[in-house]
This record gives sequence, structure tokens and C-alpha cells, in this order.
Amino acid sequence: MTKKIESQKAAVNIEGVSKSFGGFMALKNINLKVKYGERIVICGPSGSGKSTLVRCINGLEQHETGKIIVIGETLKVNSRQNSNLGLQVGMVFQQFNLFPHLSVIENLTLGPMKSLGLNEKRATERAKKLLERVRIPEQANKKPNQLSGGQQQRVAIARALCMEPKIMLFDEPTSALDPEMISEVLDVIVDLAKEGMTMIVVTHEMGFAKKAANRIIFMDEGRIVEENNPNDFFKSPQTQRCKKFLKQILQH
Amino acid sequence: MIKITILILTFLTLSSCSSPEGTWGWYVIDPTTKSGWTNIKFLLGGFYSTILLSLIAAILSILIGLLVALPAMSDNRVLKLINRIYVEFVRSIPLLPMLFWVFYGLPVILQSMGINANIDAFWGAVITLAISDSAFTAEIYRAGIQSIAKGQTEAAKTIGLNYFQTMRYVIMPQALRRILPPLANQFIYIVKMSAFASVIGMQELTRRANEIVVTEYRPLEIYTLLIFEYLILVLIISFGVRYLEKKMGSNESNEN
Repeated sequence: MTKKIESQKAAVNIEGVSKSFGGFMALKNINLKVKYGERIVICGPSGSGKSTLVRCINGLEQHETGKIIVIGETLKVNSRQNSNLGLQVGMVFQQFNLFPHLSVIENLTLGPMKSLGLNEKRATERAKKLLERVRIPEQANKKPNQLSGGQQQRVAIARALCMEPKIMLFDEPTSALDPEMISEVLDVIVDLAKEGMTMIVVTHEMGFAKKAANRIIFMDEGRIVEENNPNDFFKSPQTQRCKKFLKQILQH
Repeated sequence: MIKITILILTFLTLSSCSSPEGTWGWYVIDPTTKSGWTNIKFLLGGFYSTILLSLIAAILSILIGLLVALPAMSDNRVLKLINRIYVEFVRSIPLLPMLFWVFYGLPVILQSMGINANIDAFWGAVITLAISDSAFTAEIYRAGIQSIAKGQTEAAKTIGLNYFQTMRYVIMPQALRRILPPLANQFIYIVKMSAFASVIGMQELTRRANEIVVTEYRPLEIYTLLIFEYLILVLIISFGVRYLEKKMGSNESNEN
């Protein structure tokens, strides 16, 4: 019953959202609707507002005007009190942001135990399953800095999934990785996409975008410049700005 | 360090041996004579008060410091201002005037408020040291906590941890390792500053040394011993802290 209602409503609904840092307009009148099960890729040059937009969705940044509704909950404008979103929206950062003083398994169980109130046994069970899913069950008792960058990022993904979120946000998940580790992380994200997870991914990995996204959004100077399905997006970009961007990142 | 200490002690002992009627008169604290032994017992007895005083003051300072530091990191301007005023104000008061104020002045205020509190020398010194030092520990906490990358707080938020859980499970365990060395410095500072308590009659190391000096007229020997008493205390703290640091540092390293 609830499933049905959810599928009719948008997972994320952004209407006329703007935000500035000091005098700099980071987001200008953004409108975006993300349905449940949709996989959105956001790309664009640096400073175009991609990260800011994603961070507004889970309350890490606060929008100044407009409306953001996430899983039926309206976020307050200019308020840091949108904290319980952590229970439903997972996030993976460019710099992993694992907790260096905790082991891999403790990184995963901390959230479920402290904010979901799971006991240690259940949290550990859940964490172990997820470590298998991201293909590093043998690293459970190591400290994050004993792992490679790719492994750390997979731990970070597992840590977010451990909260059983309804939406996953990825903020340039492979930008801090060595080239040979990118695919192991993207594989995990593609698996997740296949399972029907609602996700918004900020990335420049266009191969990934072609493979996993339903929709690609191109941002520049705080605006959504173009929005299309992957096929048309790459074949026939509508604007000059987008053409230039694609040329630059696809030429290698 | 210990070797140098022994060397100096030997030198001092020898110098007293070589000229019995000269400048040194170690007989005042010669444990083989009855009066010397009595003096030594009296002087070393000051350790109890100095240690107890420093320890309670340090613990209070660490707690007050944390309470003062946390508002500094909030987004609330009023809270930040309260922190700033406390730190700047307390930090600017010299210890001795503050000690006089607490010991002689505070009871008057309390009495005018209808509280009949008698602040004795021990608690007067504890309160003064704790408050005076808390301004510095607060700054140490702030620096330590702010040195932890912002991404840690954000990651904690994305897994649903509230402010206190984030502090307790994510930030403080990492910050503590960075805070420990400067906190140890403050503890050593407190031990040394506890000597001021002698002025209001607290029977700690310095006060007892003064009393023997007055009766025996041998300031050089007594104050030399006093210096070594503090040296020993501080060395013990240093070794303890180094042990703690090793224990905390060996099994984890901060990379964030």
C-alpha cells in the first residue's frame, strides 16, 4: 500500500531553489523531480553547483529560497534542523570520510546502532552482508587507512547502505581515486542501480552515465542547462555550453 | 634526565662535604640526624596537598574547559560570544590576584547572597587554579576539535547521528589524541602554579619549605630540595603522559 503511494510521489522534488555563498550564487532557480527508482547523473564543470545541489537534498547545505521535498518531507529554508534525513538519505563523499579511529565493521555499525537503535548482533549481521555485497568481507577488522582508496570508498558505500536508505547520493565518488580503482567502485554503484535504488550521482564518468542513468543533468553556473536521457544527451546535445563540455571530457 | 639529576645531587652533596663550615649546610635535611629527618618528613609531607590540589584542579579544569569550548563551535553567535568573553576575561587575570579575590572576596559575595560558605585555603586554591586554567584548556579543546576535518561531522550527520553522538563517537576520540599533549602541559602548569596556594596558608610543598626556612635559616638547601620535589612530580607526569600517548597512538593513525 505504502509502496504504491511512494511510487506515485516523487522521491525528491525541488522547486525554484536558490542558494548563495556570500555574494556568489551557487544555485539559481533549480527545478528537479526525481521519481523512486530513478538514477540521475549530474555533470558539469567545477563550480557549477552540482555538489551544492546534492548537499541541499540531505541538509548538509541549506537552501535560501524555493522548496525541497525529500521523501515527503519538506526541508526548512535556511535551517540546519533537517538532521533526521540521515535515516533515509545515504551519502557517499569524494573524500570517503570514513572514521579513521574505527575499524571497517565499526564504521558500518555505528549508524545503525546509535541512530536506528539496532543491537550489536543485528547491526553486525547487516554490516557483514553489505561488506560481502561490496566485495570486501575479509577487510572487516582492518582500519580504513590500511585499505586502498577503492576499498575505502566501497566501505563508505556500505556504511551508507547500512542505514537502509531510500535514496543514495554520490558526490563525485571516484574523483579522488587512482584510475585503476575507479571501476571497482563504479561496479558496486552499477549493481546498486540494477537493484532499483533511487540515486543521484555527481560524476564525470560518462561511461557510467551511459550504463546506469535514466537521466543526465548538465549544470553550469548554478543552473540546470540541459536535461535528457543518456542516449540523446550524448548524441545530440542542445546547447553550445554542453557541446563544448562533452567535447572536452570525451576527447581522451 | 635522571642522570643529570643524580649528577647535580652528587655535586651538591660533595660540595657540602668538602667545606663543612662553608656555604652549604645540608644538615637541615640530613636523614641520619633526628632533626634533619623530622624536617624531611615535614617537607615531603607537602606532596600530599600539592598532588591532591593539582589533581582536583586539573580534573575540574578539563571539565569546565570542555563546557566552555563547545559553545565556541556552535553556529549560534550568542553562544560564541559567551565563550569569547569567558576565555578573554579569565585568561587576562593573573593567578595571584585571582587567588586573593576567590579566597578573601568570594565568601563576602556568597554571604551577601545569604549563603554562609566558608572557603578554606584548599578549596580557594582549587577553584582559582581550575577556573584560571579552564580558559586555556578550552582553547586547547577548540583547536583539537577544529583540527578534525569537517567531512567527519558531515559523514556522522549522513548516518543519522545527533550532535552529542557525533562528538562522543566520532570527533572526541580523534581529537583526544591531539589534545592530550597540550593538556599534559597544562597539568604541569597547574602543579607548578599550585605553589601560589602557599600565600593563603595552604600547607603544600612551598608553604612547608617556607616554614622550615624561617625556623632553620637555611634557604639554599631547603629551596634546592623544593625545586627537586617539583622536578620529580613533573617528571612522573611527563612519563605517564608519554606512556598514554604511545598507548593511544600505536593502534591508530589519523588520516582524514
